[in-house]
Amino acid sequence: MEYFFNEQQKYIKEIAAKIAKEKIAPIAIECDEKEEMPWEIVKLLGESDLFSVYIPEAYGGLGGGCLDLCIAVEELSKACGGISLSLAATALGTYPILLSGNEEQKKKFLPDIARGKRLAAFCITEAGAGSDAGGIKTTARKDGDYYILNGVKQWITNGGEAEVYTVIAMTDKTKGARGASAFIVEKGTPGLSFSQKEKKMGIRASMTREVIFEDVKIHKDNLLGKEGRGFIVAMGTFDHSRPGVAAQALGIAQGAIDDCVAYGRERHQFDKPIISFQGLQFMLADMATQVEAARALVYATARAVDGGAQSFAKESAMAKLFASDVAMQVTVDAVQFFGGYGYMREYPVEKRMRDAKITQIYEGTNQIQRSVIAAHLIKEGAARKETAKV
Amino acid sequence: MNILVCIKQVPETTDVRINPETNTLVRDGVQSIVNPFDMYAIEEGIRIREKHGGKVTVITMGPPQAENALREAVSLGCDEAVLLTDRAFAGADTWATSYALSMAIRKIKDFDIIICGKQAIDGDTAQVGPGISTFLDIPQITYVKKIEDIKPGFIRVERLTEEGFTAIESSLPVLLTVVKEINEPRLPSLKGKMKAKSLQIAKWTAVDIGANPEKIGLPGSPTIVNRIFTPPKKAGGRIMKGDAVQIVTELVGELREKHIV
Repeated sequence: MEYFFNEQQKYIKEIAAKIAKEKIAPIAIECDEKEEMPWEIVKLLGESDLFSVYIPEAYGGLGGGCLDLCIAVEELSKACGGISLSLAATALGTYPILLSGNEEQKKKFLPDIARGKRLAAFCITEAGAGSDAGGIKTTARKDGDYYILNGVKQWITNGGEAEVYTVIAMTDKTKGARGASAFIVEKGTPGLSFSQKEKKMGIRASMTREVIFEDVKIHKDNLLGKEGRGFIVAMGTFDHSRPGVAAQALGIAQGAIDDCVAYGRERHQFDKPIISFQGLQFMLADMATQVEAARALVYATARAVDGGAQSFAKESAMAKLFASDVAMQVTVDAVQFFGGYGYMREYPVEKRMRDAKITQIYEGTNQIQRSVIAAHLIKEGAARKETAKV
Repeated sequence: MNILVCIKQVPETTDVRINPETNTLVRDGVQSIVNPFDMYAIEEGIRIREKHGGKVTVITMGPPQAENALREAVSLGCDEAVLLTDRAFAGADTWATSYALSMAIRKIKDFDIIICGKQAIDGDTAQVGPGISTFLDIPQITYVKKIEDIKPGFIRVERLTEEGFTAIESSLPVLLTVVKEINEPRLPSLKGKMKAKSLQIAKWTAVDIGANPEKIGLPGSPTIVNRIFTPPKKAGGRIMKGDAVQIVTELVGELREKHIV
């Protein structure tokens, strides 16, 4: 569908698609098998300015927004849903600085991130604090002009690879959610270390590690916003980043559809290309319709974010929920479309199915998204003060 | 270091059509690209600037739409672009093209290194680069596969040969034609694309570059193309069988019969 992108967005799509097709697609299966992140691609994304699309011009970016980022992530994810995370997860780690950082923090960190010189990562999840972010145990103790961080963050995308970590830690445990604060921690700070890379089902070209804080001493200049605002920073970050996860899901799903069309035209059974069979045609038509509907929702949400809508938390959750559920269904169907070959690792669709699964889980499980949406519905209803009429 | 890169816009397809009346290329309806060999010239020009400073100016001669090729070069990192476009240039052969480009380069005046691709994929002559250096009366080094060293007024390069390479030193200014072994062209950047979109491209006519009207375009081209044809495919030979003596006797007999020996 024609979505009437502006000039910059058209260029983003063109360049990201070129990199995806020419540079990522040929190595995607190998990177998945070896569970390796291809740094030469990260370098290329940096040189092409793709890391800068959502960062303001004042900090070395191209001054685009959420939609610009979504377009880039979607195109890259068509080739590999893991490699695209070097960009998408960096954006997740960068949003706290963009949304809550002061001028000095933005000037210090954003230009290098925009150039792709430094990757970023967001650290909130812990072993006992997943959907229940209130269970965070990592602490940040004030000590003069410094904070001392202790704790272990789990399943951190870009963990160990990134150089800039935005971290949610408790500055006052007695205050519950209001006792959390957000910090910037740089790789190389004494006491900061990483576990071995996690062995995952999918997105295996993206590195996931524990990020371990042992008496990590950081200057108070690295506090993002005010003390006690950590959860507000985190929730604002997710509202901005969830369309990016949705875009990753779109790319994975669209890649699977493209695979099916190409394969269906080549693969012959009963002396005919299998795409000529109505059973498969109907399947493909449903897959494409679902993906297009998801895309329309994701882009509309991203445009609401960029247009300065007052509230988009509900829509952002809807976009992530819908696009990731669609991606899961579509990739399962794609494996079915390929038949026995779909189950083989040398064909691309089983990887897409494994990659799709994470989009239903991270940055808030889809159950959490539904809770977010429902909470907004209840709040909106209460605001209208309407009584049910029977 | 001021670097000039000469490029050509060529038809994307290798299925080139020829106008039977003028015996020149039919460009209408064919997707155009920057000549692939020129992409290496552009890349090398940008790399020299990145290392030694200065600027890269890209030049082409062609119809108005050749501007797209220049914008692509700018999106990769070239600083300025010049388009030679004038009906009077139409139908130029390699001699007239070299002359026109050399006149434009004289107008630019300030340059240290001119870089061209080794040849264009449509005409395949490999003559325009050397032609420009001849008109400008500066040294040329063709088939450059590596630039070893550049100092003020000095360059050392490796020139690809069939057996290996020759190391060649030259004074500056110099004209180089480059082969694909020299580098791997980069992809365009978004900032480059945005710059390319808004850059003012200088458009020069034959009058602007002070060209002698008798030396440009079809009338100024000494090359006369009488006919263009696809050579017939070689028919399969005949394999002679038997022992050595029989075969040699038969072969020599037949060669004599056909007055070949």
